[in-house]
Amino acid sequence: MVRFNVNGKRVSVAAEPDTPLLWAIREHLALTGTKFGCGGGYCGACTVHVNGRATKSCQTTLASVEGSTVTTIEGLSPDSSHPLQKAWVAEQVPQCGYCQSGQIMQAAELLERNPRPTRDQIVAHMNGNLCRCGTYTGIIDAIQRAAQEG
Amino acid sequence: MARTVSDTTQISRRSFLGGAAGLTFVVSFGPDGGWLLSAAQAETAAHSIGAWVRIAPDDSITIITPAAEMGQGSMTGVPVALAEELDADWSKVTLEMAPAEPDIYGYAGRDGSKSMRIVGSRAVMSYFEPMRFAGAQVRKVLIQAAAKEWGVNADTLVTEPNVVVDPTTGRRLSYGEIAEFAEVPATMPAVSADELKNNSEFRLIGKPVARRDIPAKVNGTAQYAIDVRLPGMVYASTVHAPVQLAEPESWNDAEIRKQQGVIDVVRLEHGVAVVADTFEHVLAARKALQVNWSKNAVAEGYDSEQALDRDYEAIAADANSPSKPITSEGDVERAFKTASKVYKANFRSDYAYHAQMEPLNGVARFNEAGDQLEIWEGTQSPGDSRARIAEALGLKTSQVIHHQQYMGGGFGRRTITDYSIEAARIARAIKRPVKMIWTREEDLKFGMFRPQNYQCLEAALDDDGKVAGWRHCVIGDGDGLIYSGIRLERYYEIPNRLVELRGASHGIRLKHWRSVAHPFNIFAIEALVDEMATSEGLDPLEFRRTRIAMTPRAQQVFDAVERLSDWQKPRPDGRALGLSVTERSGSLGAGVVEISLDAARGRIRVHKVWAAIDGGTVVQPVMARRNVESGIVYGLSSVLKERATVTNGAVVQSNFNDYRLLRMAEAPEEIHVEFLDRDTSPTGLGEIGNPFIAAAVANAFHALTGKRLYHMPFTPERVRQALTA
Repeated sequence: MVRFNVNGKRVSVAAEPDTPLLWAIREHLALTGTKFGCGGGYCGACTVHVNGRATKSCQTTLASVEGSTVTTIEGLSPDSSHPLQKAWVAEQVPQCGYCQSGQIMQAAELLERNPRPTRDQIVAHMNGNLCRCGTYTGIIDAIQRAAQEG
Repeated sequence: MARTVSDTTQISRRSFLGGAAGLTFVVSFGPDGGWLLSAAQAETAAHSIGAWVRIAPDDSITIITPAAEMGQGSMTGVPVALAEELDADWSKVTLEMAPAEPDIYGYAGRDGSKSMRIVGSRAVMSYFEPMRFAGAQVRKVLIQAAAKEWGVNADTLVTEPNVVVDPTTGRRLSYGEIAEFAEVPATMPAVSADELKNNSEFRLIGKPVARRDIPAKVNGTAQYAIDVRLPGMVYASTVHAPVQLAEPESWNDAEIRKQQGVIDVVRLEHGVAVVADTFEHVLAARKALQVNWSKNAVAEGYDSEQALDRDYEAIAADANSPSKPITSEGDVERAFKTASKVYKANFRSDYAYHAQMEPLNGVARFNEAGDQLEIWEGTQSPGDSRARIAEALGLKTSQVIHHQQYMGGGFGRRTITDYSIEAARIARAIKRPVKMIWTREEDLKFGMFRPQNYQCLEAALDDDGKVAGWRHCVIGDGDGLIYSGIRLERYYEIPNRLVELRGASHGIRLKHWRSVAHPFNIFAIEALVDEMATSEGLDPLEFRRTRIAMTPRAQQVFDAVERLSDWQKPRPDGRALGLSVTERSGSLGAGVVEISLDAARGRIRVHKVWAAIDGGTVVQPVMARRNVESGIVYGLSSVLKERATVTNGAVVQSNFNDYRLLRMAEAPEEIHVEFLDRDTSPTGLGEIGNPFIAAAVANAFHALTGKRLYHMPFTPERVRQALTA
């Protein structure tokens, strides 16, 4: 039994300690906004925050988050009111949408650390997150908008 | 916040028509397109009918949307056309996804058959006219009801969004108020084309209408098939043979069944599925699974590089190899015999993988009697998928209840739902609901690829230096999958042309890939045109204008992209421009790229892209631009990076570490898309951004280095090779 905090709630998951956090979140805790893309840490669709750090949940074991605070896309804001979520809608970023939870969580870490990132800083920070629909320009626009409108 | 689409597969004709107060309109899509009917007419309709529009007394409007959503936005764009002619207040419109009933909700194909296939950028263009007529019919009913209520002539009334207005008296009745008292007439009024709005009257079409799927895609609530959870559901994943389409003969069954949580091991046609209580247990058991595969697959021993580098050349050189003519116009022999100059070039292109971000999966559940199957999946063709799943399981289509979900990308892969058939077979075998997920490795190795191919082109200039003769031979597996885009349709009008296909057969699964064969065929065509231009000492745009007969539409997109890119303006040192053109799905586009080169590392960087598109009336301008940008990035990813190979019958690449996709740092810094101002019917935009990019990059590479690239993708090794050639 591994205990941790997800989106402000204390949870316990009865699974082997080496279970990828991704599957604990998606299937044991039914938080399906976090996506399975590659299982190898190459695409970033599974990005969540662990103690405030953007983390690829497919590469993180359940045991390693014992006692930690995990935030998923469902916990980023209660009502889609995070500046990034608003900017994502304003810029009409998502297409298929499958990678976008990971993109937004990755971007949220950036704005947390650096509220006014340059374009180069955005690109460097976001480069581990693949988008097959090619929404990259939209993502950059939305992060810049969120940084401005806060 | 806009309401998101709910799972509406429960909507049946009965539930939609019955009970609910207000006005419900049903649709009958005959061979002539869509017509709305009254319930009375529906009872005697010759065609299948289904609910389409409902107006409730609370003034809300529900529209069924027939377009499967994979990111292209037509789930919103199709009903926008109906709402436009209905003069609906879009903020009061709720969309519901149509059930998998192509006889009711499909569009009519060229042969008159009905389909819900969302392929070839067809959704908006196929549904646009029928949706408009349907919307106009509903509006007419509302006006007639208001006229009767007020005792005035219907011709004197007008509408504003969701309101019928009497301009003489200023009286107003909302659509919801009318729905309280009105009835759908026994015979629905017909609408003629001249009763539709002029483009200048549009309130929604061509305006920035927000996509309805987006709010759910920024907070994790958008539901994909992989997110579906059912009571008592277990998990499965299939292991397929390394050599595609080999069959399982035996495996370490007893050992796998002892693995933690394993419930069953199920033999499938081309794989073995491990079933367990949790997905992590499935993954662990998968790793331990050892299968003996049959050795009789067609792909056994196949080496794709040998085929591409050697075998295809031999086929091209062999005058007796079977050839399928694609186009034969004019007197090609004569054009070449009398040519003042002949240009020749050969091109190659590797296999490409769809790489939709959602690994393929399906959720399946049988009822206890085993005679009814429910499927949750994302498919580009709900009607076909439902029928094929039924057929594979020996059921009637009516025994399959189909729940369409959002797709985490489609790109042509998802019209064949082999993955859902696997889920259904597993569910039947284990008699429990199951979620079957392919790993990324499985999705790639058992992928259905854009075929690799080899192309031989020759062009003949006449005495005036004009392109008078054209030969193009494409060689590879996949028939129709390798010759789309090869006919020079809609842009060049070269009088003497011979286009042919020479086949090969390798046993590798192949499929439509975004814009099918256009990416490599347009690459070859437009790279050769550029080669002729520079050899003739002409600006590539000037060459096209003066030496090739072009359609007026082609001239217009070239003019537009010349202006948009400031084509004549010199670029900084180390930068160069390349130009190309393409048609796709009725649309026409010309594009320019600006590149630089890291010669030591063999890396091409595309900094800027300009695209001028004639796509007819643009229904959703924001989405249309995003769609073209998407096509450009998707295309560029394939042009610079993507490469699948087969050695000894097995796909070599396994995941995104060795099948590399374009990342943000490699994406163009600027993409400028301009749509030509048109009032013609909409044409496809989902793929028009994709095909021109290869030749544009190759042509820019030549402008920068004086060297040419003939093999796509332009990997660092190939770039360095070209530089030293």
